[in-house]
Amino acid sequence: MTAGLEHYLGVSALLFGLGLVGVLLRGNLILMYLSLELMLNAASLALVAFDRFNGTRNGQILVFFIITVAAAEVAVGLALLVALYRKRQTAQVEDLTGMKL
Amino acid sequence: MHSLPWIILFAPLLAAAGITLFTLRNPARSALLSVSAVAVAFVLSVVAFLVFPAPSAPVELSGVWLAVGSLQVEFGVRLDPLSLVMLLIVTGVGGVIHVYSCGYMRGDRGTGRYFACLSFFTFSMLLVVLATNFLQLFIGWELVGLSSYLLIGFWYERESAAEACKKAFLTNRLGDVGFLLGIILVWATLGSLHFGELAAVLETTPGALGAVASLAGLLVFCGAMGKSAQFPLHVWLPDAMEGPTPVSALIHAATMVAAGVYLLCRVFFLLEATPAWPDAAPAWLDGITALGVVGWIGGVTALLAALIAVQQDDIKRILAYSTLSQLGYMMMAVGLSAPVPAMFHLATHAFFKALLFLGAGAVIVSLHHEQNIWRMGGLHARMPATAWTFLIATLALCGVPPFSGFFSKDAILAAALDPARGSGGLFLVGVAVAFLTAFYMTRLVLVTFQGTPRSAPASEAVETSPVMKWPLVVLAVPAALAGFWSIDRFLDRHFHPAAAAPASGWFEQWVAPLVHAPLAVLLSLVAVGLGFYTAYLLYRGAATDPLPAKLGLLARGMRAKFYLDELNAWCIRLTHDALARLADWIDRWIIAGVMVRGTHGTTELVGRALRLVQSGNLQTYVLVVVLGIAAVLWLALGPRP
Repeated sequence: MTAGLEHYLGVSALLFGLGLVGVLLRGNLILMYLSLELMLNAASLALVAFDRFNGTRNGQILVFFIITVAAAEVAVGLALLVALYRKRQTAQVEDLTGMKL
Repeated sequence: MHSLPWIILFAPLLAAAGITLFTLRNPARSALLSVSAVAVAFVLSVVAFLVFPAPSAPVELSGVWLAVGSLQVEFGVRLDPLSLVMLLIVTGVGGVIHVYSCGYMRGDRGTGRYFACLSFFTFSMLLVVLATNFLQLFIGWELVGLSSYLLIGFWYERESAAEACKKAFLTNRLGDVGFLLGIILVWATLGSLHFGELAAVLETTPGALGAVASLAGLLVFCGAMGKSAQFPLHVWLPDAMEGPTPVSALIHAATMVAAGVYLLCRVFFLLEATPAWPDAAPAWLDGITALGVVGWIGGVTALLAALIAVQQDDIKRILAYSTLSQLGYMMMAVGLSAPVPAMFHLATHAFFKALLFLGAGAVIVSLHHEQNIWRMGGLHARMPATAWTFLIATLALCGVPPFSGFFSKDAILAAALDPARGSGGLFLVGVAVAFLTAFYMTRLVLVTFQGTPRSAPASEAVETSPVMKWPLVVLAVPAALAGFWSIDRFLDRHFHPAAAAPASGWFEQWVAPLVHAPLAVLLSLVAVGLGFYTAYLLYRGAATDPLPAKLGLLARGMRAKFYLDELNAWCIRLTHDALARLADWIDRWIIAGVMVRGTHGTTELVGRALRLVQSGNLQTYVLVVVLGIAAVLWLALGPRP
């Protein structure tokens, strides 16, 4: 039995769901960040799978961009997290309610 | 010749503009400008009168001013016997009063403003007099109302003056609404506003106005009722005496209040048109004609005002009510289809009533602004020139031959006796008013000028300065002699161009009333004599008024002006105030309450509710976003209905 498109998409959906649950339920900002990356990678996996089964290249180009942007985003995001931690001494999302009225 | 009427018209306006722009702070120069403008206008009016051509051909100079669709409005000047007589009165009497004002207003802080307003008034009045069409006349009419407002409220820091000018303006507005509706009705029916064209149309086909003839006449009469202070819109005129006395003389006795009579004579063809009412009108209206209403309103005003004048104590108010009464006479004459006597009386009245007011002004100035006649007395010896001229004007007003008022008043009474168009009821009213006029004027003269001084200022009064004395003397001449100047014969040319009046000598004119209508002359002379006699008996040497004790309730009613002001106030409370309360309620509860505060309240409530959604919890937001995306996807990709 060879792996078909549906298997790839199933893995992708699983990863995406895990990421989403992580973002929604974990309180630590770093873990939420990791979950976000998981969701991005799920999307990348789905795109690459589509390309592979359709014989096109467009999705792969898009994935390159996603990886590049994700790398930059991680750099900025982690820097923000470190700055936040230095200022507030916490990385728990429940403590960051400064935008509430 | 062609620029003549234009110069007459615009000279006072130029003076008003010049004073307002340059000399407002310089009383002497303002007075000079104003007086010279009216003097130029008077001299040119005399010239225009002398060179006025054929009797029946009016001179008209005009250009199209406004053209909107089929409505062509001209701006022009019209010279015919009617406007020439008015020109001479306005500029002549006005000129004398301008000179008198120089003395009366000496030392007042607002002299510049006063003369600017006075010149502006002269311009507006000339605009009314020279108008060639309804719209131009209406513009002048409103400007006259405005300048009257400004001059009544001249001493605006006095509360009574501020109230009086407001009252005058609003009451006039009430009449002007009717006037404007009348103008619109005439235009809608006949398609023209030009006096000459309208007159020509109505002369060839008297029924051209159709079913609205009576209505149009009465609506135009509304305007005259406001300006000429006819019952029930008469209430503003006595209060208008709050203005400076020369203003009372010029505007509220001689010229502006006469504008209503002038208007009716100018559009007499409209009143004369075949009376008719729209089909929908109730049947009892059929017997009522515009002329009949005019006549009876005039009669009621004349009688009512004369009765009130009997019990007033303020020298200017007595004269104001007398003015009302005489205006009623003129209206009565118009109503009796006798415009010539109406205009004749307007002319003579302008002379003697202006003289009376100027005399009253001289007395008031000499007594340091005392106006109550019971604090005067014995002034004849101290102010002989004023007293003599006042006496001449009084005799003219009462209609004693050979003074001017006798001729004009008897022309009106004769018209009332005329079998074709007269009315016995109005004749009796006229005779009763003649009696009352003699009575209250004798009371005024006896109490003011005879007897002993009843206050300190009265015992120290002296004759006024020459600049105020000489105008009295100048005005006394026409007041005494205007009856012989054939003003009526000159006016006859306007109303009956075909019938050339026979030339007659001095003596024939003197006795003409006697020959023409002996009954009218005799009855009115008897009434006047009776008035003199009873007043003489009652007020000879009286220190207080003996009449309230004799007449009781009637005298109290006269003193309180028959409670008409109170009645008006009550009506206004009943209607206007209720309306105001309703509007206030709607504003307070519907507009401000429900609409404004409702909108604001709903927005705020929703805002407060939505604020609760902002929990500040990042993960809740994410959940909402995810659910939102799921919902969008469901809508975009879900099962189609």
